[in-house]
Amino acid sequence: MEYVPGIPILKASRDDDNRPFWEAVDEHRFVLQRCSHCDRYLQPPRPMCPQCRSMDTLEWVESPGRGEIYSYVTYTTDRMAYPAMKVPYSVVLVEMEEGVRLVSNMIDIEPDEVRIGLPVEVVFDDISDDLTLFKFKVRED
Amino acid sequence: MNSIKDTVAIVGVATTEFSEDSGRTEYSMACEVIKAAADDAGVPLEDIDGMVKDVVDGIDAMYVQKALGMETLTYSSDSHWGTSPLINAVTALAAGICSHVVYYRSANNGSGKRAGSDFRAAKETKDESLDLIRYDLHHPFGLMGPAGSAGIGIRRYLRDYGVGAEQVGWVPVVCSEHGSNNPHAAFRNAPLTIEDYLASELVVDPLRRLDIAPEVDGAIAIVLSRAELAADLAKQPVYVGAVAMGSGTNGEHYSSYSRDDIAGLPEMELMAAELYRVAGVGPDDIHVAQLDDRYAPYVPMQIEALGFCGKGEGGAFCEGGDNLRVGGRLAINTGGGFLSEGFSHGVNVIEAVHQIRGTSTNQLDGVELAMVATGAGGPADGVILHS
Ligand SMILES: [Zn+2]
Repeated sequence: MEYVPGIPILKASRDDDNRPFWEAVDEHRFVLQRCSHCDRYLQPPRPMCPQCRSMDTLEWVESPGRGEIYSYVTYTTDRMAYPAMKVPYSVVLVEMEEGVRLVSNMIDIEPDEVRIGLPVEVVFDDISDDLTLFKFKVRED
Repeated sequence: MNSIKDTVAIVGVATTEFSEDSGRTEYSMACEVIKAAADDAGVPLEDIDGMVKDVVDGIDAMYVQKALGMETLTYSSDSHWGTSPLINAVTALAAGICSHVVYYRSANNGSGKRAGSDFRAAKETKDESLDLIRYDLHHPFGLMGPAGSAGIGIRRYLRDYGVGAEQVGWVPVVCSEHGSNNPHAAFRNAPLTIEDYLASELVVDPLRRLDIAPEVDGAIAIVLSRAELAADLAKQPVYVGAVAMGSGTNGEHYSSYSRDDIAGLPEMELMAAELYRVAGVGPDDIHVAQLDDRYAPYVPMQIEALGFCGKGEGGAFCEGGDNLRVGGRLAINTGGGFLSEGFSHGVNVIEAVHQIRGTSTNQLDGVELAMVATGAGGPADGVILHS
């Protein structure tokens, strides 16, 4: 996928509920939120575990960043698409080995090669001086 | 448990013209349509003491009251989209807070901002239900607009149950057949064929251009009254047998990706169970329904969630279109649906009222019960109306 020069990419607004996630991405680390009491991963991040309702058992743990494509869409026309990205592009929903799912993009394959079930692993894309995003590439093992 | 069943009736309805460009303000359309609905009901505007609207509508209710000379409201609320404002109206009336409520929606979504696509403005104005967490996790990757968000779950539905384009395509085909008879449908054209659908471009794959209801400019208004006040008004009362919402199950607007199974509409199942319980009817009693066809594949998914067929059987239910046409097992979207009338919340309630009054342009014989569902892909809202 390719960006359109000159159009800024919308950044996540950081707050106390999600800051550790995005700060880790800045440092090329991939972390997921987990409740240490329930041993359960949470995505999107939230201030309370929905199972034990604890607010102080939530922690951010390193993830190997391995998963597979669970679903995806492909934007083919500018009218519907994000202005900063050239069509066609795909947005993938990746199911991580930890069980949670994240929206992202593939860096190494074209939209017509994206498939449900494709094994993928996380990579980091330094898009500009002040923006790093986590993305995925096809996993060989 | 106490019940709102039959405590409220819809007594008046009105729509402005629906078009791709109204050439006028939302404020002006709102005033015109509210006055027209009050006139349809035979309720003087000064007797209306409640007002409900959609939170995404631009015009603040106080300005509408100011222009219409409505001086004595004792109930006013903004609700999230779908038909949920109608549910607020019904609950306020049933609780005795007011006597007559007007629900309105006025939006230039065709010519102006396309709902959900102007992400930056949406983020700044907290449009689309304050869903900033979703924006932050989706927009940096180009997942924007509800079609893309919905498409991810819809792809799983189509794949997991083997539902094909040659089945889903009958939804836009039948809606276009119904819309072609409705002079108010903004996108009234010669009926589509299944070949037209199959040739339609995949714009947000798996969604084709003809799967996506076009946004329109226009306004609707509905006047509701306490049942004991409804019988003496201008039109046949259309009684509210049940209203219900469904929310939860790890949900989001169109992007409930963290639930175990993203290939269904569990909020709609929750809503349907409550609707049937309150109304005291079941799917076998219902033969006309106005379903949420903002994205065509949501129709087979709704038909399953509302109990008209089993899980995964919605595609076969739609195939060929006969089940969906007037006289079929479940006539859907008899005004043309969002796909032909144009996408605007509330319009499908008005078509259900027409079916019970006997004034639809695709009228079934002897309609006693009609169902309305909205909010497919997110918090669901529904209504069962009866004569
Ligand atoms: Zn827990």
